[in-house]
Amino acid sequence: MRSLISITDLSVEEIQSLIDTANQIIADPDRFAHVCDRKKLATLFFEPSTRTRLSFEAAMYELGGNVIGFSSANSSSAAKGESVADTAKTVSCYADIIAMRHPKEGAPLVAAMNASIPVINAGDGGHNHPTQTLADLLTLYREKGRLNDLTVGFCGDLKFGRTVHSLIAALARYTGIKVVLISPKELQLPSYVKKDVLQKHGIPYTQTTNLEGALPQLDALYMTRVQRERFFNEEDYLRLKDSYILDPEKMRNAREDMIVMHPLPRVNEISVAIDSDPRACYFKQVLNGKYMRMALIMMLLEVKA
Amino acid sequence: MKIGSIQNGIVIDHITAGRSMRLYDLLGLESADCQVALIKNAVSGKMGRKDIIKIGAIVPLDLDIIAYVDPKATINIIQDGVLVEKKALKTPQKLVNVVKCQNPRCITSTEQELDHVFVLTEPETGVYRCIYCEAQAK
Repeated sequence: MRSLISITDLSVEEIQSLIDTANQIIADPDRFAHVCDRKKLATLFFEPSTRTRLSFEAAMYELGGNVIGFSSANSSSAAKGESVADTAKTVSCYADIIAMRHPKEGAPLVAAMNASIPVINAGDGGHNHPTQTLADLLTLYREKGRLNDLTVGFCGDLKFGRTVHSLIAALARYTGIKVVLISPKELQLPSYVKKDVLQKHGIPYTQTTNLEGALPQLDALYMTRVQRERFFNEEDYLRLKDSYILDPEKMRNAREDMIVMHPLPRVNEISVAIDSDPRACYFKQVLNGKYMRMALIMMLLEVKA
Repeated sequence: MKIGSIQNGIVIDHITAGRSMRLYDLLGLESADCQVALIKNAVSGKMGRKDIIKIGAIVPLDLDIIAYVDPKATINIIQDGVLVEKKALKTPQKLVNVVKCQNPRCITSTEQELDHVFVLTEPETGVYRCIYCEAQAK
């Protein structure tokens, strides 16, 4: 039995296998419509989330399975003080697989250490969000046709952005990857990510505060939101939230085949005018996320079409 | 200053100057039922200055804690005034409830019953990280 806590729990070969399965689902969804008949996914969401929870639920329904769960800590026994370990043991009696989101870093790992069924980390605070990374990887693969030889720009909140850290960790294992880090000084990528991931894998990277200047060299631009919930200090949030806004004028500096990605939700960091630009891929990412979650559920439940 | 030699006990020697108090705390020596001498900044031919802890009984010690705090320390077991054993230190791969995770966002900050577990992630620099949140041990 396996769980998915961090994107690096999956080998490059396993990620490719998930991508292949997702592509097969996209090509022929009917073939997968009953592979999880009579299986139950428990969505344990201790903090609010719209797209991730709905994506998991849609994924399980499209595989023929069912969904049980809760969407906030207030409506769970956590409000009565139950530990994550006890919740995981209890839910293991009802469901076949767990998707857990929790505000505390490491909570899904605690669940995985105590559950008798697979646990998928659906986001733990500012730490990991591996299924978002799977969505990102499928998007890059489908739009660019490869996961190697790419120059990827990350823009916005690179300090607290867990999706950025996870995607960088995933891409670092491919060849020919170059990374451009675009952020205000206060929200730069933490030094341990640079040291433990980029430098360790010999990935060339540059840091800049200038979005326009960085755009011409990029194959993909990964925009992020400055997240209010990651700040202890409201003043810092207000000062930094509008640091980078991508609009049609800036997009003129980008290549014709550069794709724009964003884990969503966006606030105002991507102008809605970009939505009609064929290079905008963030809503494709949402759809790809559902397909990769379907592939992942199949892998962890060890079911095949 | 003169502190006599011990007849039966343990001498933790060659502790990097300044680290003996931390070792004393983490080893729980404040609750030891025997004489304990903590010597700071002793003159050392090799090290210039060093710390020493002398424990007046052969008590169980967690060698992983000593190896974590100061891998260069040496442990000598004394019986009847004679050195009978030198214990070798091996860098521990895992620390359980030796250090606490300081990250306020870590699950260990709210779930008190969880063990605080750190693993050695960078052997060359001795960096340990929390298994839950990956914060570096401090």
